[in-house]
Amino acid sequence: MARIYEYQSKNLLKKGGVPTPQGEVASTPEEARAVAERIGRPVVIKMQVWVTGRAGLGGIQFADSPEEAEAKARELLGKKVKNFVVDRILVEEKLDIEAEYFAGLVIDDAQKCPLLVFSSVGGTGIEEIARTHPEKITKMPVDILAGLREYQVRNLIRKTGITGKPLVQLSSLLTRFYKVAHAYDARSAEMNPLVLTRDGKIYAADCHFTVDDYAVFRHPDLGIEVAREFDRPPTELEKIAYQVEEKDHRGTFYFLQMIDEVSPQDLAIGFNGAGGGGSMMSMDAVLGRGFKLANYCDTSGNPAAAKVYRAAKIILSQPHIKGYFASGSGVASQEQYHSARGLVKAFYEEQLEIPGVIRLGGNFEEKAIEILGTYLKGIPGEVEGYGRDDSPEFCARRMEELIHAGESLGHRVRSIEVLSPPAERYSFEILTGNLFIDQDKCRDCQSKGCVEACTAGILAIEDGRAALAISREDAKRGKCTECLACEIFCKFHEQDAIFIHLPIPGLKEYRDSLINGLDPASDLGKDR
Amino acid sequence: MVWIPRRISGRIGKAMSILVDAASRVLVQGITGREGMVRTQLMKDYGTTVVAGVTPGKGGQNVCDVPVYDSVEEAWQASGPLDISVVFVPAMLVKNAALEAIAAGIKLVVIVPDRVPILDVLEIARFADIKGARFVGPNTLGLVSPGKAVLGMIGGRAESAREWFRPGPVGVTSRSGGMTSAISYYLTEAGIGQSTIVHVGGDAVVGMSHPEVVASFQEDEQTRLIVMFGEIGTTQEERVADLIENGNVTKPVVAYIGGKAAKSGTRFSHAGAIVEGTRGSHASKVERLQAVGVQVVDSIADIPQVAAQLLDSMGGKNE
Repeated sequence: MARIYEYQSKNLLKKGGVPTPQGEVASTPEEARAVAERIGRPVVIKMQVWVTGRAGLGGIQFADSPEEAEAKARELLGKKVKNFVVDRILVEEKLDIEAEYFAGLVIDDAQKCPLLVFSSVGGTGIEEIARTHPEKITKMPVDILAGLREYQVRNLIRKTGITGKPLVQLSSLLTRFYKVAHAYDARSAEMNPLVLTRDGKIYAADCHFTVDDYAVFRHPDLGIEVAREFDRPPTELEKIAYQVEEKDHRGTFYFLQMIDEVSPQDLAIGFNGAGGGGSMMSMDAVLGRGFKLANYCDTSGNPAAAKVYRAAKIILSQPHIKGYFASGSGVASQEQYHSARGLVKAFYEEQLEIPGVIRLGGNFEEKAIEILGTYLKGIPGEVEGYGRDDSPEFCARRMEELIHAGESLGHRVRSIEVLSPPAERYSFEILTGNLFIDQDKCRDCQSKGCVEACTAGILAIEDGRAALAISREDAKRGKCTECLACEIFCKFHEQDAIFIHLPIPGLKEYRDSLINGLDPASDLGKDR
Repeated sequence: MVWIPRRISGRIGKAMSILVDAASRVLVQGITGREGMVRTQLMKDYGTTVVAGVTPGKGGQNVCDVPVYDSVEEAWQASGPLDISVVFVPAMLVKNAALEAIAAGIKLVVIVPDRVPILDVLEIARFADIKGARFVGPNTLGLVSPGKAVLGMIGGRAESAREWFRPGPVGVTSRSGGMTSAISYYLTEAGIGQSTIVHVGGDAVVGMSHPEVVASFQEDEQTRLIVMFGEIGTTQEERVADLIENGNVTKPVVAYIGGKAAKSGTRFSHAGAIVEGTRGSHASKVERLQAVGVQVVDSIADIPQVAAQLLDSMGGKNE
């Protein structure tokens, strides 16, 4: 449920014909003053944060003059409220209130339909209203195929005792509210309070929308950076991770940062779960051994190896984590060797120094564990692979033992090397990156095993050198499944001639700022 | 090539499982895609009767010896009646595909993709209701009736599906795909087979949710015990408790509820696993289920033992 700000929700309502108070958003005290001047009446100033109960936190102020508006705006802007720093405020005309109502739209998972809720009492939270005035609340399921008709709303509101002009106004207003919410794929929408003014008009004085994460792609105009529900703005690393998820729909990559800055003393680990249920179970197992999670990550739904690789690179952008723990349900239906190869490429590039416990139980687990065991011998960190018959609790204990045995100071974040292969190097584009082959090295290759390793069968030997066997367009369109098998084979069994470049936009800059910010005198990152 | 299960007891052989049987005629929508091809192979190898596939624009091709058509209507005309469709199309195309299948007369749709917009799911649900059809998912691994048929991608490939799942008396319903397999595998290891294993899907709104599946198990001759993997969020587990309280479900139920450590208001990967206020919390679900006599276990590992005790107390064989 991606949240949008009050002022954004109000703009949507306004466009859909639902009256809202006259007002504009401002991000400086001067702008606030200018808005108040344009309004020309007493105003209310509201901080724009995703926090309920703003009034109680001092986030809603009144001003009788533009000068006062500027002063109040100065107080609010920059203020820290829970996890937010106030960077914008809404300046609106102050309403002369006669009555307050509540209207909301939620999704009922039992009836599988939108549910319209109306209360003739508003202003406080709906749970509070339900407790104090249950008789004032009415609800109706909406037939999503037929839509919501004005007469249905009128019959609903009538039940709360409202009559006359407000009944007619509200019925029309709520019908339009539904249309807006539906058009924007609202996961929930709420107007609270709906205000009836003394001069007989009705306005959505406050409103709150969340947009369905899975439908955010239909609404680029909303400018939602990370379509996930958060009780805080997304972190930089979450934004980088989200771009990976957005650009690659093969499987799921969900990334949530749990600790903003892991300190060297924290017993925090990088967490890579697989599948919602298995991830939560595994999380419980590591928390049970006293670990903290630096992050929560889920790579499941049969992600490509390239996607797991990117997930690991992002997890390993968190300094001071003491270990890398991957575990899912243990009996996964996805081909686990994809995840294994993604991890191998990432761990090898990072020259991982912290221990890793990787539980890749399920379909092809033997092959997955073998890949980890074969190719991760050469890195400084100890990485162990486990399968379906090893419990998450056992694996969490192994994590603990390995961390204690190694006395590791924690993970060092490295800079990402800028890639500059010679222009004449043989290469072709793949779905989310580029594949380079140093064909000169193919001369010394005995096995030509890359062709066999390629599960998609897109490589062939031409004049003794490895090359693409299909058209470049097909490779780019996804015929190359980015399984990484050719690179890993060539690197460890042959000439190390193949390199698959899988860029992660923003990650290099992120790491560099981290390295510089952490300790400017440190030479971290220069060593490679 | 149809795989014939080695051990079919008389009763299991005769009764139709809750949603699918070896004889059910199955269509695959999106059969020419990455997942469509791989999982068609799985289903066929396991013994599912896959009779046709659909990918618009690719009619006339074959995938795993299954003919591909341009539309469901065309597939129906060419291949005869279709009982079930398994959908592997990209999320944004799921609504159209599911409505197409239901409009053509298919009565069960299994929607594997995740990230399907929730309002699309509501439209599918409403249309299915009008047409008397049902659907499992979205965001489901699918379901399997061991020894008979698999729908979706559960098991990954036939070889592992055969190893992990065996016919028997336990109906499994789960909101987590991986845990569906894990629980069933641990049951198999303990010598307890399964009637049907259903992953209802991880989303906030799904077609057949726990209560619908549990009610089906109640009617199912083969099922003697029900195992449910619940999670925080939604009303599914509470509605199962309602069914038990009203006497609509009398078979014993063993449950595990995931997400004990999850924070309120934060989502942990499954869209459905979010606690809103106190509603849908771990504690409230456990309390509600225990109040109606459900055995709620603290660890997945306890399920086989509890299941074995309950089955023993009822008498009869576990496989």
